[in-house]
Amino acid sequence: MILDSKIPEGALAEKWDKHKFNVKLVNPANKRKYDVIVVGTGLAGASAAATLGELGYNVKAFCYQDSPRRAHSIAAQGGINAAKNYQNDGDSVFRLFYDTIKGGDYRAREANVYRLAQVSVDIIDQCVAQGVPFAREYGGLLANRSFGGAQVSRTFYARGQTGQQLLLGAYSALSRQIAYGKVKMYPRTEMLDLVMVDGKARGIITRNMVTGAIESHSGHAVILATGGYGNVFFLSTNAMGCNATAIWRAHKKGALFGNPCFTQIHPTCIPVSGDYQSKLTLMSESLRNDGRVWVPKTQEMAQRLRRNEITVAQIAEEDRDYFLERKYPAFGNLVPRDVASRNAKLACDEGRGVGTTGLAVYLDFADAIKRDGQDKVAAKYGNLFEMYAKITGENPYETPMRIYPAVHYTMGGLWVDYNLMTTIPGLYATGECNFSDHGANRLGASALMQGLADGYFVIPYTIGDYLAQMPANRVETSHPAFAEAERNVRDGIQQLLSINGTKTVDEYHKELGHIMWNYCGMARNAEGLTKAKGMIRELRADFWRNVKVMGVNEEFNQTLEKAGRVADFLELGELMVDDALNRNESCGGHFREEYQTPENEALRDDANYAYVAAWEYTGPNQPEKLHKEELKFENVKLTQRSYK
Amino acid sequence: MSWFTKTFSSSIGRKIVMSITGLFLCSFLVVHLIGNLQLFNNDGGQAFNVYSHFMGHNPVIRVMEFVLLAGFVFHIWDAVALTRRNKAARPIAYAVNHPEQNSNWSSRNMGLLGTVILVFLIIHLYNFFLPTKTGGLDKVMIDGVMVDNLYIRVAESFKIWWYVVLYVISMIALAYHLMHGFQSAFQTLGLNHKKYTPAIKGFGYAFSIIVCLGFAAMPLYFFLFK
Amino acid sequence: MAGNNPNLKPMNLTLRVWRQKNNHDAGKLETYKAENISPEMSFLEMLDVVNENLAHTGVDPIAFDHDCREGICGMCSLFINGRPHGPETGTTTCQLHMRKFKDGDTITIEPWRAQPFPVHKDLSVDRSAFDRIIQAGGYVSVNTGGVPDANAIPIPKSIADKAFDAATCIACGACVAACKNASAMLFVSAKVSQLAMLPQGKVERKTRVENMLAQMDKEGFGACTNIGSCAAECPVGISLENIAMLNREFIAAKATSDNV
Repeated sequence: MILDSKIPEGALAEKWDKHKFNVKLVNPANKRKYDVIVVGTGLAGASAAATLGELGYNVKAFCYQDSPRRAHSIAAQGGINAAKNYQNDGDSVFRLFYDTIKGGDYRAREANVYRLAQVSVDIIDQCVAQGVPFAREYGGLLANRSFGGAQVSRTFYARGQTGQQLLLGAYSALSRQIAYGKVKMYPRTEMLDLVMVDGKARGIITRNMVTGAIESHSGHAVILATGGYGNVFFLSTNAMGCNATAIWRAHKKGALFGNPCFTQIHPTCIPVSGDYQSKLTLMSESLRNDGRVWVPKTQEMAQRLRRNEITVAQIAEEDRDYFLERKYPAFGNLVPRDVASRNAKLACDEGRGVGTTGLAVYLDFADAIKRDGQDKVAAKYGNLFEMYAKITGENPYETPMRIYPAVHYTMGGLWVDYNLMTTIPGLYATGECNFSDHGANRLGASALMQGLADGYFVIPYTIGDYLAQMPANRVETSHPAFAEAERNVRDGIQQLLSINGTKTVDEYHKELGHIMWNYCGMARNAEGLTKAKGMIRELRADFWRNVKVMGVNEEFNQTLEKAGRVADFLELGELMVDDALNRNESCGGHFREEYQTPENEALRDDANYAYVAAWEYTGPNQPEKLHKEELKFENVKLTQRSYK
Repeated sequence: MSWFTKTFSSSIGRKIVMSITGLFLCSFLVVHLIGNLQLFNNDGGQAFNVYSHFMGHNPVIRVMEFVLLAGFVFHIWDAVALTRRNKAARPIAYAVNHPEQNSNWSSRNMGLLGTVILVFLIIHLYNFFLPTKTGGLDKVMIDGVMVDNLYIRVAESFKIWWYVVLYVISMIALAYHLMHGFQSAFQTLGLNHKKYTPAIKGFGYAFSIIVCLGFAAMPLYFFLFK
Repeated sequence: MAGNNPNLKPMNLTLRVWRQKNNHDAGKLETYKAENISPEMSFLEMLDVVNENLAHTGVDPIAFDHDCREGICGMCSLFINGRPHGPETGTTTCQLHMRKFKDGDTITIEPWRAQPFPVHKDLSVDRSAFDRIIQAGGYVSVNTGGVPDANAIPIPKSIADKAFDAATCIACGACVAACKNASAMLFVSAKVSQLAMLPQGKVERKTRVENMLAQMDKEGFGACTNIGSCAAECPVGISLENIAMLNREFIAAKATSDNV
């Protein structure tokens, strides 16, 4: 298989415009003859479904939540980047492009990233027109803030709830199309398989999560916008229901999986408090604008803190190590996420962590409160402080917050070409579920940008190109391909229900999470990864022998839902380990301990690893086959990332 | 259905009727109270009887009587319609419910309070209003005009202990009804503003208490001091 | 956090939980023990622990809705000890922590109760009525592309902030659950007033409020009697001022719109 990224010819800045001109168009009157399936209703899915409905296609949209408005995009806090340069501080499309490529440690495709930066400006216009209440200045114009990894203020925000407001904007556009009858919405419905006819994606098999009904849906193209797979780690900032089932089952049908090991560990999360912990809560990165990250200078002092022998207040200024400010004077506390996370881990590994577990560092607002007053700090971060207080029972205005990195975002995902099409014709992947524009590390406030760029401004063009070249006749769901896929889905469910073992689904999931976090988390090495691979295989085999899934399919059965997802995580986890083991370099979120500079920075190997690793499924328990898409950098110079 | 009936049979439409009729009935309370203050005149009921004769024979007041009746009818009619709707919206009750932790008792019991007031109203009309129409009252000559001696009826009624108790309880119910109802009417009509709402609420409380104290003072005055 | 909190004694609790197989089943309260519960747990983590124990003893785990567990998706619900989202104000169930309860407490957990919110199973209800109300007009009718530059529409900061406050509604349904009348007015008013305040939304304001309210009535929600329990229980603090604004919009629309 040769991976063709289909990057248009021409100068970087002209590629997208040229491509938009070159794509084939579906005549407005013909659009109603085409059906498009959209799975997932987060920013990428809802925006795509709404826009395709507006264009005239018949859209079927699916989500596992009880309403499309609840997709996990809603939880994004900090903001959305756009190269508007409203602040007149030197921003431009090229700078956003450059920052994103560099922030991704040079493992993203130039053409895609440039397009992303280009359409970023349209996104803001679109959202404002929808009535998204972005933060504004007293003059009535839009406000911006700066965000980790950037030296310009280009982040648009709606207090600490930007994702919510953007999603509700997309949801409102989607709702409008539902009302017009152009989009048929299927909430509480989970995609369990992809249906292929003549080598093309022509439909999906779903399970109605209320009745258990297994149903077939046919379409001319399928868009997966199902989000990331961070829940492989059990504990992450993802929602409990976030899963990889749709993309993983598409992967097993032939869609290549790109860079599965690229996981973003977010530096500012509330630390784990016990083994009952079900998820980790993110505190927006924007907190690092005013909060200062520190640990005690010495191990001894950290120990006394952990044992409650001294309080934070008793640590003198000169005994505090503001390690990000010390190591990275230019960016200080605003270094990119991977750098901040790794340094927090380093500090804790040195025995200087705080909290009972010693797995936390301080994020201190004392100086900001002294400088600006509590009211001003509250105006900026009030809701985050409240959330922190609710969860921990501590008042962050008085004692510094305790934070620790947690799995947040997966840069890896289904491999897609410039048109966002996977290696299966007619199957598209948008938003976090594709291997994406973020390379090995995503910059803050760029996920929202990518999701909406894909859904509002990219897929509506590129999918037309594909549809225009295929006949409009529909494949009926009576086609044998649907019957067979339905049968496979039913068999899989029956198998899960029939094992009736002794261990619960969550127990397996937690165990997998531990393996992934310990060996394929913030720092990885060949020995650990090899060990992890064996452990995952064992765990997976045990799962299929001994898992306990109660009830029947024909009912509201949350255990069954979870079991199917964990079964997929148990396979995906192994691929992540394989990928991490294959990539003998450190880049972005992928930190291989064997490959680091003397200052403990990630050491890339551009000569050998400047490629996208795209994995092909070859069968149950078979090693996956690696394909490489070489990355060409014609507009940026590859350098050692430096935030000093 | 025309837009008009649609509007006034919708849930907010009915609420608007509730609020407008409610405020109108509040204005009636004021007039009624001021008039009845004549009862406190130490003149053997002369001023009160003149007042009640005027109220019974002035053509404007007679017309207003019908408007008032309509006010009551619409207020009650919509209250019943809304209550039925609201009951239907929660067919299964909570096993454990603690609304007292999130709202005032009076605001949740407007129907109950209203029913108490309605029962009172029927008794009140039967005792004082109906006889003026059916000629069941003694007559008295004032300034050459023969008028109903309503004063005597009032004075006699308010000597009966259970009658006084009924009045006082009903006025307490009315006070609670008004405490929620007065400010609620403004909210329904769309007036909620940080500049004005505190004043409306304050006025509403004062209004409820003063008006109901005024009415309750009458039976108590007769029972204790006459 | 475990670190500085001396009061970490595990608790034993009695749960009375509404169990109902499906929408046709009558359902009833069942009693379970929740043992060894850390005060640091969230309420839903406590239920996770109970469910794991139930699964091990062969009892069907309790079904309840939840997703983000950080208070923003609006998926979690639960009427806990007589109040939606439990005893702590301004908090969703997922953000409610067990430190708000005492050892030995009995906790009654019921689903949202409202005719338009039929029970799927146990504590999970169908809130699609909310989606249908939004579909009736909770949007600005603009297609993707062809919109003016974002800064071409200046909006006073105070208005933008107020619109934001209204827009933070998470559609959890606590307002309906709390309301004696199972009224959805707070939910509807949040969307109506957000869009009515902003210049983008003013174009369609009359038709919007008429259609959304017609749908609200059609779904079978009760009427607002200005009790205020909705706003008191709203986890994100949507204000009653929005309901007043909704009423105002309704009156103005009915009086002046072209819809007959």
